Amino acid sequence: MFETSVSWNDMLFLLQGAGTTLLITLYAVLGGTLLGVALGLARATAPWWLNAPLGAVLDVPRSVPLLIQLVLVNSFKSILGLPWSAFTVACVVLAIYTSTYCAEIVRGGILAVPATTRRAARSLGLTYRQDLIEIVFPLALRVALPSWIGLTLGVMKDTALVLWIGVVELLRSSQIIVTRVQEPLFVLSIAGAIYFAMSFPIGRLGARLERRWREND
Amino acid sequence: MIELVDVRKSFGPLEVIRGVSMTVRRGEVVSIIGGSGSGKSTLLMCINGLEAIQAGRITVDGTEVHARGTDLNRLRRRIGIVFQQWNAFPHLTVLENVMLAPRKVLGQSRAEAEAVAVAKLRHVGLGDKLQVYPSRLSGGQQQRMAIARALAMSPDYMLFDEVTSALDPQLVGEVLDTLRLLSAEGMTMIVVTHEIAFAREVSHRVAFLQSGQIHEIGPPEQVIGNPQRPETAAFLKAVL
Repeated sequence: MFETSVSWNDMLFLLQGAGTTLLITLYAVLGGTLLGVALGLARATAPWWLNAPLGAVLDVPRSVPLLIQLVLVNSFKSILGLPWSAFTVACVVLAIYTSTYCAEIVRGGILAVPATTRRAARSLGLTYRQDLIEIVFPLALRVALPSWIGLTLGVMKDTALVLWIGVVELLRSSQIIVTRVQEPLFVLSIAGAIYFAMSFPIGRLGARLERRWREND
Repeated sequence: MIELVDVRKSFGPLEVIRGVSMTVRRGEVVSIIGGSGSGKSTLLMCINGLEAIQAGRITVDGTEVHARGTDLNRLRRRIGIVFQQWNAFPHLTVLENVMLAPRKVLGQSRAEAEAVAVAKLRHVGLGDKLQVYPSRLSGGQQQRMAIARALAMSPDYMLFDEVTSALDPQLVGEVLDTLRLLSAEGMTMIVVTHEIAFAREVSHRVAFLQSGQIHEIGPPEQVIGNPQRPETAAFLKAVL
């Protein structure tokens, strides 16, 4: 018969870690998306002399491994004496990292809106702003959503890396339990199942929105 | 009144409008005919300020379109334009497509805008398609929706840019019928078209444009029936 020394208390501990994972994901995706939309809009509309350097700057967080960014920012935080917790560092680094990807997704979505459609909107007397809000954003959203869902799921899994700066999220919680009960396969399976249970609804929600839009357009 | 005085327009080194002057009075239907690349569509875009001009002057009811300080968004409320590609807003229903500008630009209430939109859509024969998304419409229906969308702003002028060129042949008739209807109602229109027979039928005057210049302008019986210039005659011979 199957026996395990993993207790209900351990399960609660895992779920607590999962809560932290969700919270970091939420802050990172929220902050990253807000910043990413602004950056993406700038990327899609700014003149080249602003666009080129911006693109180069945004390439940095995308090109350096996330783990290095976490460790570096965490160290610089201490050197600079910022009163940030490891949790805050994790959220900030992940939000910036997310925003750079989100910016490219938003930029692609905006550029996918045909110039002729925008011209039609302007010819009706809509201002540049109204055109953006009423026409460009809704249409860009339809293009960008699948990639954005993918990004969100990716960020949720990337949160596992923050255990290196001492945040006790889902993976770290499972490691702590493994150290004690010595059943790595079982505990990691549970952790994996929890990651899946958190990702699955987000993916489904995205698929549903996409289907609804496709029926119309 | 729309007045063009020696208008010049270039794309980089390429001059596409080379000194065009013409006047369109209230209630008049003026067709512009000419080959591809003659500058017909560009000329229309200049009239409502979608394109800048390099020299000359365009005035609409005394407002100089390209003057500094001209509120183009305000000007465009009075000038409707319908394009070759109908450019439906795909995320909005037919009714919402037509209601959008009156609500956002003119600040009409939902009820007001809806009443106008329904009336305009019925007018172009789309009264039974109000809640449908544009993707469910044929090209001719989408083009008529685009016309209703422009009309909902109650413009004083309507510009038509080859509105039948992208349509299947069997759908051309329904769109031309809509234009006939507007012309019969006294709408002031500038119609860029390849439909020579249609231009002859509805226009008060026809302008023949080639290489960015008006070679001939006058009543259709003259320009199409009995062209005075060899360029016009050659063009008509090629397309008729």
